[in-house]
Amino acid sequence: MAVTIKDVEYVAKLARLEFNEQQMQKFTQDLNGILGYVEKLSEVDTEGVEISIHPFPMFNALREDIVRPSLDREEALLNAPEKEDNLFKVPKVIE
Amino acid sequence: MKYEAIIGLEVHVELATKTKMYCSCTTEFGGDTNNHCCPVCLGLPGSLPVLNKEAVNYAIKAGLALNCTINKETYMARKNYFYPDCPKNYQITQDETPLCTDGYIEVAGEDGEKKIRIHRIHIEEDTGKGFHRVDGSYYDFNRAGVPLIEIVSSPDMRTPQEAKEYLEKLKAILQYVGVSDCKMEEGSLRCDANVSIRPEGSEEFGVKVEIKNMNSFRAVEKAIEYEIKRQIKAVENGEDIVQETRRWDESRLETVSMRSKEHAHDYRYFPDADIISLSVDDEWINRVKESLPELPEQKKTRYVKELGLPEYDAMILTMSKSLAAFFEACVAEGGNPKEVSNWMMGELLRTLNDKMLEIDDVKFRPADLVKLIELINKGTISGTIAKKVFKEMFETGNNPEKIVEEKGMVQVSDEGAIIEIINKVLDENPQSVIDFKNGKTKAMAL
Ligand SMILES: [Zn+2]
Repeated sequence: MAVTIKDVEYVAKLARLEFNEQQMQKFTQDLNGILGYVEKLSEVDTEGVEISIHPFPMFNALREDIVRPSLDREEALLNAPEKEDNLFKVPKVIE
Repeated sequence: MKYEAIIGLEVHVELATKTKMYCSCTTEFGGDTNNHCCPVCLGLPGSLPVLNKEAVNYAIKAGLALNCTINKETYMARKNYFYPDCPKNYQITQDETPLCTDGYIEVAGEDGEKKIRIHRIHIEEDTGKGFHRVDGSYYDFNRAGVPLIEIVSSPDMRTPQEAKEYLEKLKAILQYVGVSDCKMEEGSLRCDANVSIRPEGSEEFGVKVEIKNMNSFRAVEKAIEYEIKRQIKAVENGEDIVQETRRWDESRLETVSMRSKEHAHDYRYFPDADIISLSVDDEWINRVKESLPELPEQKKTRYVKELGLPEYDAMILTMSKSLAAFFEACVAEGGNPKEVSNWMMGELLRTLNDKMLEIDDVKFRPADLVKLIELINKGTISGTIAKKVFKEMFETGNNPEKIVEEKGMVQVSDEGAIIEIINKVLDENPQSVIDFKNGKTKAMAL
């Protein structure tokens, strides 16, 4: 299953990234190389093996429902490129 | 040709936990913007989410109350999308392994009781709130990360009324078990609908359309009703139904296209390795089971069997937790269940409906209603007067004895006094007496 330039364009679009034609070509080549390498894994017989999310069979790292202090608002907004009226400001988006 | 509608609902409910799903920020409403945020719910690099145990408890509770199977091993997944209400650019949710599956709700239905299946319930987090102004969009992340469950029904509903009934029942059950306050106007309960049509008798499903932006149960009913009509009209005109998302426009009372299938999101779900998988054993499930209160269905049966209420009255009174609590408080105050039920089903619910109020808005206490019934039973006031006293109670919250006394509404039960009044009226209206004797019943109007 080779990666085409169309696939790269699509994934770039999903990630909101923009590349020129040359970069697209290079990514297509690189990704095919990487996937070809990873493809080796499919040689292993995984019939009946459960999907593993973590390297260790660990469960239930849970937190009690107890309120702790949040950030000060000034601190929360500190990294915002734009802010106004104690709100994060972004370019206008309406879905 | 006759058409049949196929309706499925997706309901998001905010859980009533004290803290958010993956961090310890408070879920409290109100206050200033962006003051309940931390590195986790702001999606700052390097922050690590940790699942809220109580949120899992609530989700299991909801699952059990909705007759679901609780899945023993589940994991969280990332749903990737770019929209500024989601600070991480992904929502942590469940994809292939929902916590609860295969439940059902029973609704009254048009041809008798009907089971609406629940396909799945999964846990996830809420998004921030956006304000759109001319020069840009503004975001408050106080709600970002608030625990949610999404309850997805099977496409089992056939009419807008059935959809509304399903929602009402779902809300009642969730309020009963106390996992959410389910206030649609505050956004703690939200509903999207999937609607398609097919020729009656057909087994195949038509192309489905998703409807969003409905802000009340009434709006859900109206939007589905509109959408069914729109689809039938389109099909009859030989047009194809397009798979798309449409928005309910409350002011125009119509659904408007938002995005087509080609623009549908591709969320690229994958397991979130930041969160350790969840394992719920039988002991945990049983612990939650034991904490479940009496559910509406059980309450209804008890009202019929033990308190002797008619089936219909029992169903109405158990429709909301608050209504049932008011009824039970009246009975606890010594009220006769049937008499209390009659007053609640009659004057009380009618007044609430007329004024578009909820039982929680009632100013008088359950004991006052019991007292009012007592005043009638003792003969202090007549049934007609009682309705006037009730109206006064409803408006002022005053107790009935005080109202009766202040307004001089005491029923005259002294026979001599009544005869005296009658004679006086008759003496003053001799013509009417003659008319009546001659068979003209209009004189009775006096
Ligand atoms: Zn937080």
